[in-house]
Amino acid sequence: MRWLRPIAREVAGLFVDDGSFAVALLVWMVGAAAVLRIFGAGDWGGPVFATGIGIVLAENVLRSAHRRQAATGKERDGEITRHQD
Amino acid sequence: MVDGLKHLTETRVGGTVAAAFLASLVECVEALTVVLAVGSVRGWRSALAGTAAALALLAAIVAALGPALARIPLRAVQLVVGVMILLFGLRWLRKAVLRSAGVIPLHDEEAAYAKNAAAMERNMHASGGWDRLALAAAFNITMLEGTEVVFIVIALGAGGTELLLSAAGGAFLALLVVIALGAVFHRPLARVPENTLKFIVGVLLAAFGTFWITEGTGLEWPGPAHTNPDVAIPLLIVAYLLVAMWLVSALRSRAAHMGLEG
Repeated sequence: MRWLRPIAREVAGLFVDDGSFAVALLVWMVGAAAVLRIFGAGDWGGPVFATGIGIVLAENVLRSAHRRQAATGKERDGEITRHQD
Repeated sequence: MVDGLKHLTETRVGGTVAAAFLASLVECVEALTVVLAVGSVRGWRSALAGTAAALALLAAIVAALGPALARIPLRAVQLVVGVMILLFGLRWLRKAVLRSAGVIPLHDEEAAYAKNAAAMERNMHASGGWDRLALAAAFNITMLEGTEVVFIVIALGAGGTELLLSAAGGAFLALLVVIALGAVFHRPLARVPENTLKFIVGVLLAAFGTFWITEGTGLEWPGPAHTNPDVAIPLLIVAYLLVAMWLVSALRSRAAHMGLEG
């Protein structure tokens, strides 16, 4: 049954890569769907829900890129400092 | 349930085939990379036998779970599958956008092939019969990547028998294409633009996932999509594509700006 473990890991990895992204999506999905249903968003329920998903995606991508670019910049600055030393 | 199945249109069937084909193609390419490495180093007999055994097991899983899913209420299936597909698709799309923008490196199939070929050579001790290492390696990678294909087929086909068959057809077509590619090239498939595939698949799955969640929760659409919700699918595909392309463009501009400043 040991072969099941990597498969289980692989399946879990299908859905979660960046934890904060998955949590933000789930919070929006549950919250927005409930609020839009309870308060009767009418014809605009679908577009509002989809727009929220797009905003969560954009926010996460921009934040991830900023984090990585900042980390790369720090590494580059560190190399320049070492060269100067 | 019957009304729900009747509700499915050609748009959804076509989209399901395309999504299943592209998503499965990505997984098949990844599996083929390893199977090619195993086969070329340890021999094709055991590598192909391991692959065939895994494919047979996966086919049994699809046969076992497919009909069971069809008995579950359609709305519940749409909601659960929609959430899974959306998480799955957006995970791919997020990475594909970051890769396209150059924020993270592209997946290197060439490197993956070389790594597996080297590992096989280090452990070379084939007997006259079956090569257990090659058999197990080919079986494992096919099972791992194939499980993803099974998920894709069941998830995309969870709306009914027609969709299940369409998704299975798309996945099977992808398998045939990759086998043909492998036969022609006999090389790692670095030539296949994996990130482009993942980008498109991410957009398709995100659109389908969003649509199925709105269907499952009873959220409505304005205009023509109010009477025929399927109209929302191509609109969602275009919307996600535009958002993803805008993100790539914005990140490239920012990187260029930072480069100039640096």
